[in-house]
Amino acid sequence: MTKLDSKIPEGTIDRKWENYKSHSNLVNPSNRRKLDVIIVGTGLAGGAAAATLGEAGYNVKAFYFQDSPRRAHSIAAQGGINASKNYQNDNDSDYRLFYDTVKGGDYRAREENVYRLAELSGNIIDQCVAQGVPFAREYGGTLANRSFGGAQVSRTFYASGATGQQLLLGAYSSMNRQIKAGKVKSYNRHEMIDVVVVDGKARGIITRDLVTGKIERFGAHAVVIATGGYANVYYLSTNAMACNATAAWKTYKKGAYFANPCFCQIHPTCIPVSGELQSKLTLMSESLRNDGRIWVPKNIEDVKAIREGKLKPTQISEENRDYYLERRYPAFGNLVPRDVASRAAKERCDAGYGVNKTGFAVYLDFQDAINRLGDKTIRERYGNLFDMYENITGDNPYYTPMMIYPASHYSMGGIWVDYETMTTIPGLYAIGEANFSDHGANRLGASSLMQCLCDGYFVLPATISNYLANDIHTGPINTNTPEFEKAEIDANNLIKKLFDIKGTKSVDYFHKKLGLLMWDKVGLSRNEKGLNEAIAEIKTIRENFWKDVKVTGKADQMNNELEKAIRVADFLELAELIAIDALNRNESCGAHFREESQTEENEAKRNDNDYKYVSAWQYTGEGNQPTLHKEELTFNAIELKQRNYK
Amino acid sequence: MDFTLKIWRQENATAKGSQQEYKVKDISSDTSFLEMLDALNQQLVEKGEDVISFDNDCREGVCGTCSLYINGEAHGPKKLVTTCQLYMRSFTDGQTIYIEPFRANAFPVIKDLVVDRSALDRIQQAGGYTSFNTGSAPEANAMPIAKEDAAAAFDAAECIGCGACVATCKNASAMLYVSAKVSQFAYLPQGKVEAAERVLNMVAQMDTEGFGNCTNTGACEVECPKGISIKNIARMNREFMCASLTSE
Repeated sequence: MTKLDSKIPEGTIDRKWENYKSHSNLVNPSNRRKLDVIIVGTGLAGGAAAATLGEAGYNVKAFYFQDSPRRAHSIAAQGGINASKNYQNDNDSDYRLFYDTVKGGDYRAREENVYRLAELSGNIIDQCVAQGVPFAREYGGTLANRSFGGAQVSRTFYASGATGQQLLLGAYSSMNRQIKAGKVKSYNRHEMIDVVVVDGKARGIITRDLVTGKIERFGAHAVVIATGGYANVYYLSTNAMACNATAAWKTYKKGAYFANPCFCQIHPTCIPVSGELQSKLTLMSESLRNDGRIWVPKNIEDVKAIREGKLKPTQISEENRDYYLERRYPAFGNLVPRDVASRAAKERCDAGYGVNKTGFAVYLDFQDAINRLGDKTIRERYGNLFDMYENITGDNPYYTPMMIYPASHYSMGGIWVDYETMTTIPGLYAIGEANFSDHGANRLGASSLMQCLCDGYFVLPATISNYLANDIHTGPINTNTPEFEKAEIDANNLIKKLFDIKGTKSVDYFHKKLGLLMWDKVGLSRNEKGLNEAIAEIKTIRENFWKDVKVTGKADQMNNELEKAIRVADFLELAELIAIDALNRNESCGAHFREESQTEENEAKRNDNDYKYVSAWQYTGEGNQPTLHKEELTFNAIELKQRNYK
Repeated sequence: MDFTLKIWRQENATAKGSQQEYKVKDISSDTSFLEMLDALNQQLVEKGEDVISFDNDCREGVCGTCSLYINGEAHGPKKLVTTCQLYMRSFTDGQTIYIEPFRANAFPVIKDLVVDRSALDRIQQAGGYTSFNTGSAPEANAMPIAKEDAAAAFDAAECIGCGACVATCKNASAMLYVSAKVSQFAYLPQGKVEAAERVLNMVAQMDTEGFGNCTNTGACEVECPKGISIKNIARMNREFMCASLTSE
């Protein structure tokens, strides 16, 4: 077994990044123009990295499947971005942000990476303001903050309910400036199909042009994966339709280790599934739980009457309602962390108390807050969310409670990276949601934007030179080598194979089947029996996919079905690894709840003695059990505690 | 609900396109417009036919990927929403629905309902940014900005770049789109340094791309899913005038 070297620099935790930067290798500006970097994905992480590396003088090639870099799913983040500026004079500090993030992640993140994230968080805000990001302001003209889950200070910067959009447009504008300067070459509607490894180093990628269908080779001295997460493995999720794991998965199959795949965040407040044709689930911001009270009826007869349309929720009296979060967690009530709130909703619905036709919904009720604060205040706070809810469901939340249910949202797990964000393949980097390192087993609100921009603007640009310094004499990467040749042939064969099946079922049929299975057995609550069944059933679905999928249209033109087929083929493999990882981790931590590991009161029980490690999985060939490598986590700056919200 | 759909099909940019008729049945009123099209595409797959291509991604109204001209309106009959946020309850049972791509000289059709909107990106590349390298930014609170200016800048910056304004304009003008970006920076001190160069370059690029001129019909504002105001166009004209007079 190879030992995983996370390359943590020397020094106390607050000096490590400084030490790293002071001693890493540099590339002098005149040599940078001899070096090419491929970046796959142009969301917050990839867009920020493309802009910054372009400014530094490297030749960047940026690839993305959307028609424009501005469309990446970072754009959908609503709430905000954390930074330890301490503008509110409430004793915030780098250490406190670091502490909250590690604790929120249930002590499964790498301490040194998280500290660096906190240390750089303030500078991210400076950068975004300079780009013209219109953050919310106070009357005096200074930046405004709000509070978010898992913190006792106000450190979240926001731009109304569209923080992700504004930050992404900021990164996009900086990237545009480099496109104009000729330092970034942008390839829209290009999907990465494979990574090419030459002499053990990542030297390029294979892409499919989504307009012409052409399979192409691109070489570079380093390759950066910034392709986001894999929440769409559940079919229904809050992710955009085309979010996928293909780029990340292909690097895994070429030797990059995949870490903590079972850590998938299920967000508690999403609009429930309404029908068969549902294609995605819409998130309602976590901030709603500040004023909304979550409940289901106490009596099963009332539930029945509601489902049959004979009773309205507003007709149920106070004593016949079960405010189950307030009942179970009197100290935190409706403001328990995401994982706890999600599991509690599932528990009630599984017990038969779900309040919509499908039985999978609970109420989020604003009546008390409206009575206390008035319509106007509630409208000011949540007006856009209430409108969005009404537009989607046809119900007006000012008069009747919202219905919500948990949905797959974010993947804390991802490609294993060291302190430099380099994967186990030299020259291959992973940044943003695509890597695993900063959120442990559970991500706090307003932390994903922070991590993406931190990686893209500051971490990767500072660490990639340490690697590229050895490549200044290499010259342009030749793509006429057997490795590129083989990868291109493999890509063409994959497409041919998919068309040749000529089966009877659509791609979506298999994706939906996989999603239901994952939700059921590898979702909010997991146990050994269910996981073993899931592993077997995933294999069956995958085998059936390769026997019976039907892909129509042509290979040499725009073909949405083919795009989906390539992505779903990879989800069908990744799903199995998620289940294998979940089976291996027989403890409950963060988003990962193993029924075998709970307290007498049915709360999650972490097991630091046996599982205080990162699971990094190595691909060992088709049909073989992957090899587990453990990166032991050490906590020197922080004391481990069991979370308690009672 | 049942619908008759008349959909524009076009194999590629150079092929001749035509209107094709399709039927969908038993669609719930809670289904979104794009999910209704998904259902149609499933039928086509079952029959072994090529699916209808249409751009979409986030399906929550913010990425700007979806488009579609529905019954003669960009993003369909409902105001202030994108096509992905349009639900079938906005239509009547048995209705015939015409679905076409966003049409403009600067938006060539790629396939079926998908058009190439990269001209919009090139306009941003011409000047839609401030020139701060990463690392060189001053402390965020060093530059106070009045709350109302920040709010006005945000209102302009909410543009999702979908191109509905262009598609709906009889001149296929991109003035609302360009003015949203110019206005955002005009409200902010960060934007002042390069203001003149920005507006001149962006307008020049807009002309190069083949977008039409603005004749103040205001249709763009009516169809904009984000409610971007045409006041931004007035502001851009002012910025443009000032820049033209002071530049060499």
